[in-house]
Order: sequence, then C-alpha cells, then structure tokens
Amino acid sequence: MEQPLLDVRGLHVEFPTARGPARAVDGVSFRLNRGMRLGLVGESGSGKSTTVLALMQLIKAPGRIGGGEAWLAGDNLLAMNTAQMRQARFSRIALVPQGAMNSLNPVLTVRAQIDDLLDAHGQKPDPAQRLQHVAGLLQRVGLPETVADQYPHQLSGGMKQRVCIAIAIALSPQVILADEPTSALDVIVQKQVMQTLIHAQKEIGAAIVLVGHDMGLMAQFAHVVGVMYAGRLVEIAPVRDIFANPRHPYTRMLISSLPSFATRKVFRGIPGVAPSIVNPPSGCAFHPRCPKAEERCSREVPAEDVLSDAHRVRCHFARVGGAATAATAQAGTTP
Amino acid sequence: MTGALLEVRTASVAFGAPGSKTPQWALRDVSLSLPDTPSITAIVGESGSGKTTLTRLLLGLLQPTAGTVLYQGNRLGQLDGTAFAAYRREVQAIFQDPYSVYNPFYKVDRSLLLPLQRFGLVASRDEAYARIRQCLEAVGLRPGDTLGRYPHQLSGGQRQRIMIARALSLRPRVIVADEPVSMVDASLRATILESLYRLKTEQQVSLLYVTHDLATAYQIADRIVVMFNGEIVEEGEPENIIHAPQHPYTRALVAAVPPLDPTVSWGLETTEFVA
Amino acid sequence: MPTRAALQRILPRRGVAVSRETPGTWRRAGAAMASEPMLASGLLLLLLVGLFAMLGPLVINTELAQIGAAPPRQRPGAEHWLGTDVQGRDIFAALVLATPQTLKIGLFAGVMGLGLGCILGLLAGYFGGWTDTVVRTLADVVMTIPGIAVLVLVATNVRSMTVALMAVIVAGLAWMYPTRTIRAQTLSMRERPYVDIARLNGMGGLQLVFTEIFPNLLPYIAASFVTAVSSAMLATIGLEALGLGPQNEFTLGMMIFWAQYYGAILRNLWWWWLPPVAMMALIFIALLLTSTGMDRLVNRRLRVEA
Repeated sequence: MEQPLLDVRGLHVEFPTARGPARAVDGVSFRLNRGMRLGLVGESGSGKSTTVLALMQLIKAPGRIGGGEAWLAGDNLLAMNTAQMRQARFSRIALVPQGAMNSLNPVLTVRAQIDDLLDAHGQKPDPAQRLQHVAGLLQRVGLPETVADQYPHQLSGGMKQRVCIAIAIALSPQVILADEPTSALDVIVQKQVMQTLIHAQKEIGAAIVLVGHDMGLMAQFAHVVGVMYAGRLVEIAPVRDIFANPRHPYTRMLISSLPSFATRKVFRGIPGVAPSIVNPPSGCAFHPRCPKAEERCSREVPAEDVLSDAHRVRCHFARVGGAATAATAQAGTTP
Repeated sequence: MTGALLEVRTASVAFGAPGSKTPQWALRDVSLSLPDTPSITAIVGESGSGKTTLTRLLLGLLQPTAGTVLYQGNRLGQLDGTAFAAYRREVQAIFQDPYSVYNPFYKVDRSLLLPLQRFGLVASRDEAYARIRQCLEAVGLRPGDTLGRYPHQLSGGQRQRIMIARALSLRPRVIVADEPVSMVDASLRATILESLYRLKTEQQVSLLYVTHDLATAYQIADRIVVMFNGEIVEEGEPENIIHAPQHPYTRALVAAVPPLDPTVSWGLETTEFVA
Repeated sequence: MPTRAALQRILPRRGVAVSRETPGTWRRAGAAMASEPMLASGLLLLLLVGLFAMLGPLVINTELAQIGAAPPRQRPGAEHWLGTDVQGRDIFAALVLATPQTLKIGLFAGVMGLGLGCILGLLAGYFGGWTDTVVRTLADVVMTIPGIAVLVLVATNVRSMTVALMAVIVAGLAWMYPTRTIRAQTLSMRERPYVDIARLNGMGGLQLVFTEIFPNLLPYIAASFVTAVSSAMLATIGLEALGLGPQNEFTLGMMIFWAQYYGAILRNLWWWWLPPVAMMALIFIALLLTSTGMDRLVNRRLRVEA
C-alpha cells in the first residue's frame, strides 16, 4: 500500500456562537493518493467547503481550525506558519474556489493574473520562458493563446472557469482542491469544464478533491466518494461501491431521491429539515430524519466502522441487513 | 370550455434602449399554449434561452415587443378590472430564490394572508388562517413551526414550501414555477417536486415548470419544451425528448446530464480534448 | 424495530433546524447598546443635552437672560455660574434658552429634509418616467445653489428673521441629497422578487411603495437621519455666526455672533463665547458617536450574517 499523497486526520473546524463553539467540520479524515479523484458530497451546512478551505488555511476569523493534521508529502499543512503556507499555496496545493469566475480581477488581463502568481513564487523569470509557460498553461485547459491578452469580461463563464483552472495548475501543485467549480455554469459547459479538469490533472500528475452536491457528477468524475452530513464524514467508499451498496441511510436515501432518466413520477424525498450546526441533533446528526433510528442513535455519535479496506461508514447499523462488502476496488490505484 | 387557458402567440421581447440599432432579443417569435385541462409543461433551457422572460410575459410582469399574450382567449392588455383581477388570482407564481421572495420586514404570515384578503377569498381572519393551515399541511409543513416567524428564521426548503402553500391557497388554475428547486438542498428536492406534482393530480392545477435540469423535468412533466437562444427548438413527450431527441441542441442537453450509474461511461476522460 | 410513530414518542424533538425565537425588541436594543459603546455613549450624551434643554428653565430663572437683568461683564461666580455679557445677560440662562432653539431648528430641518427626500426619492425611484425626470432635475439644480446666497437674499428682504423661518429655509436646502440616495436605494429594491410577488397579489403603485419598499429603507433612513440633523445644525450655526440668523431670539449660533460682535475675544470675556462653543461641540460629538456607532452596529451584523 503506497504512502498517501495527502493524509488528513481528524480535521476539526469550529466557529464561536452565543451558545458555544459550533463544529463546522467534525473529525474528518481521508487519504488521497497520486492521480486520485476524491469527491466530497454534501448539502448546505455539511462542512464540505469548509474542509477544503481549512486545508489551505483560508478559514476566516472568528472561525478557527480546532484540531487535526493534514500531511502533504511529509509536511503538516495545518501546522505551517503564515510564510510557509503562503509558499505552499498554489505551489503544492491549489484551490479552484467557488464562483471562481468572480475571483478574476476585472481590470487585469489573464496574462497579468498568471504573471502575478508566477512572480509571487519567483518562477520562470526569463521573459521568453514565461511567455511559453503561459501559452502552455492555456493550451492545457483547451484555450487559445489569444485569451492571455483578454480581460475577464470578454470571456464566457466556461472560459473564465478554465482560466481559473489554468491558474490553479500554473505551479504544478500536487493537490488540486475544486470547490463547486461548475455550480454557476450551464450544464453543457459543465461537462467541458470537468473534462478540462481531468485533462489538466493528468498532465501534471496531481490528485483532485472535488467538492459538490451533484451525485451524478461524482458518479462520473470521482474514484472515491465521501458523503458529509452536519460536519461529519458519514460514509466514504470507492465510487462503484457507494452507488451499488450504500451503507449509510443518508447516502442510500440521497441516491434514491435523485431524479434520473430511468423512472418517472416517482418521488422519494428525505423527510425533515437540514440540520443546523449551531444547534445540532444529539448523537448521530441524521437520527431525526432516519427511518432506522433507534434510541441509541440520539445518544451516541456513531464511531467509524471500517467495512473493508476502503469503505468506511459512521452508522450504528452499517452491518445490519447484509454482509459488509468485500473490498472491491482499492482506493488510489491507477485510474 | 375547450381551448387554451394561457398562451403566447408569436411573441418577441427585445431589451435595449429604444431607438438603439442593436436591441437584444430575449424572445423571438415564441408561441406556446397551455391547455385547459390540468397538465404539467416543462420548459427546459439554459441561461440566455429566454425562459425567464417567457415566464414574466405569462405572468403579466412584462409587455411583449411584438405578439400577444392571451388568458382564456382574451388579450391581457385588454382585460377590464374584474377580468384582470381574476387573471391575477388564477395565474400564480413560484420563484427561484426562496429568500428574496419574502419582504424581510414582515413575518411570513403576511405573504399567506395578504393575497387571500386582497382577492376576497375569505370572509374573516379565522377563515383565512384555517385555509392557510390546511395548505401548509398539504405541502408537508407544520403550521406551528412556520407561522409567526420571520423569513430568516426558516430554512430554504421551508420557505419554498410556504410559497407553494401560498400559491395553493388561492385555488389558481395555473402555477408558473421558475426553477423552484434549484436553490433547495438535494435531499428536499424530491419532496418539493412531489408537492408540485400533486398539485396537478389532487388539485387540478396546471403547472408550468421552468428549469435547466432536464432530469427533474423528465420526472414530472407531461410535455417538455426545449428553448435555446430565445426560441423554441423542440417540444414533445418526455420519453421522446430524452430517448430520441431530434434537435442537435436537445441532443447536447441530454448528453450533458451525468448518468447516475458509475459503470456507464459518460466520456469525461476523453483523449480528444474539447476546446 | 419500533414503528415510526413509536419512535416519535421516544425521541426528543431535537435537530429541528428552525432557529430560536427572536428576543424581544427591548432585549435586542439592550444587546445592541452593550456591544457598541460608541452608540451607547453618543445616545447618552444626546440625552444629557436634551435634559439640559428641557429641565434647565426649572433650575434657573430665565428672566436673567434679559438685557440688564444683571451687572454686565461679571466673571463666572457663585451668583452667575457662567458670568454675564456686556449687556447684563446671565450666560447660563441664555444657554438654557438657546440650546433647545438650536436643537429645534436642527431637528425640524433634518426631519423635513429627510421626510421630503424620502417621499420624492421613493416616487421617483419606483415610478420612473416623467416623475423621475422632474424630481431628479429639480434636485440636481437646487443642489447647486449655495445656502448662503439664499439666506442672504431672504434675510435682506424680511423684516426680522425668526427661528421658524430659519428652520424652513434650511429644510428647503436639505432635501436634495436624501432624495438622490433614497431614489438609488428604491431603484435597486424595485427589482426584488418580493416586489414581483406583491404585484402578483394585485398590489400596485403607491400602496406597494409604502408597504413593501419603504419599511426596508428604515435602517438606511435611521442612519441618514443623524447625518441630516447634524448637517442642518451645522448649516444653521454657520449662517447664524455670520449674523444671518434670528436677531431677537436665542440660539447657540447667535450667541457666538453677539459675542464676536461685541469683541468678547479681544476683551477676554471668555465665559461668553466658550459655553455656546462647548455646547455645540458636545452636540456634534454626540451626533458623530451615534452615527458611527449605528454604522458599526449595522455593518457588524452584515458581516456576521454573510
């Protein structure tokens, strides 16, 4: 079993409220290998975006990282000081943020923005090399070289998003974090941007963490899918496993509630309301909405149950109703 | 009465300063009619397709630059006071953003109470509240948890369901729903879609469901209309649209929906790279 | 496995995401004060000035403010706490009479200016078209007229300027800026979906403007109110100090004018010009603290909610 590229252990993020600290991310652990694509799925308040922001130490006060470690090639990202983190950002771990299209400076050309990043890390100071590098980046994301000298408002949404991906890979980081990169885009463009992301990943040999709420996209994009609910990682498994044999009731109900082209006029919604992290349910956060909930569920937070090498669940009844699956696909082998 | 309940005939809408040489056409020669019998029509399109402009035309919030909008065979612009009031009551709307449809200054009760009083549908406040409670329960909400609160105290799903309850309480004939579930959490979408579907089956209300999500349209619609760039490019039964699309745009739209089965290939890892 | 109904009975009803009740208005006001000391101190100062103005006549005999009521040019002492001026007026008594007058002018002008600005701004912003064009042009034109010019014109053509007249003129010069800003706010609010819903309810025109849009402008108006009052007061005092104010009535600005007219500075009658200046400074500091404090309070809420 090779050493994981990114090893996140027990990540805690909290922010203070009038009632005491609220846990936005509660003990999340996962491992990422080279070339792997991890999908983090969850709804609003699940903590998925906060998780990736924490890895870049981008949590804004009064929120704070309450604990945990994130080992990237021998260094703990969460323990780095300001200078070290600034160095690591984009050169070792990069982020394509939510609404990335709006992260582009409207008064600078694309080239100027990429130059900014390269200058900040002292990369490719030779002008000829620089020009070549920028052209190469744009080509990797499928954009013509002429885009470099255009302003963001001259580009379409999909093109802007691809510029953001180009910026993310500019320094060939080992890990790319993508926070809902296609939420604001039309469906047709969405597919193109996802293709771009995979292509870019392969070119630089990075691993990707994709945060989103679209299970269908995860089914096609991710090797491993992690489901988050109320700040906890309730299930994580290889993608085929999780769709064929979801062990957590939330995962199961979520998958069956999704519309597909297979059936019509059948609606299987999840009753109840999304949990509030400020005032979360006691014990297992899903128990108010869970059809299998028993008295124990409101008292005890389910510990992590390792069903197989790669399939982990947080549910008291994960093993009930069928044998636990044998490891089907190991996480992280060549995609 | 047979014939169309609500229709637009060769309507076009242009935006831009009057007299400018290049107006932007949001809608071009669009004709659509909703039949008299309760039905669910889905309008599917992406941003810039003109679907939102079309809903504003049908709701009488916008005048067409060319063409006509008719309610029960009469032009909207020519309806007299009583007829227009009837139109306002019988054609209701549900919008995309469950937060900004509420005036943050007032409690949500007002959104439910006001239209009932204005349209003279109830004789007293008690009667109004009785009807409101009934409608809230019909969409799966507990009146005790939702009434008397301000919008910011409720979740997105609750707020959207209150809007559906409001539309329901007016006993309309048509509800125009513009992306009603896109800003709602995935786990709640099916429940809300079910409430909308039951509007047709249990309340005999027609629904115009406008969305960019082909999968949900397939779920509930009797008929799907595909729009692109201000025009209708294809329409037909959901089975045909999804499994045998004719127009290249429709085909691209269908192909752009990721299949829920990881074993089915979608072509993300393509070597010929799409630029 | 227990039935769902049985479970509902056992499990405590936690995890319902509906948030707690909003605490009562007084509680919230109290919390706001506690968290924003600037706001609290500003309001406290205003309260003290107000009490001074209202209760002052009970403490001192205002007849002492008449000419010749006391020996002139007395230094502050036991009998006349702030001394007397060259015409034998007790300064403390004069201050007690002048403060409420100045406050009245500022308040009246501020309220009138803002009130008019609200109405015009709302109508222009919501209805657009001709209403908007007329209001906008009017506001833009009047904005460019300097207040001093207007006042000089009026002062020279009126037999005697009064506090009331002064207030009306300053109000007439104070409505333009609020009109513009409120119009801008209305333009953006007009596009909100809840306005669409109101139209779908069959509501139109004036009723919509005043029941849907106006209430959401209240926070903005409250903040603008303090600024409006303080700029009205500043304008008034400035004009009065130049001698264009009411000649026969007591206001803080006029006190300064008379002090300067009779050479109080040269003659080192510091107790004459200092009290009105100090009172004015106090009022302005109070208004500044209140408006900054309110601004910080509202912004902090916005930042936390984001």
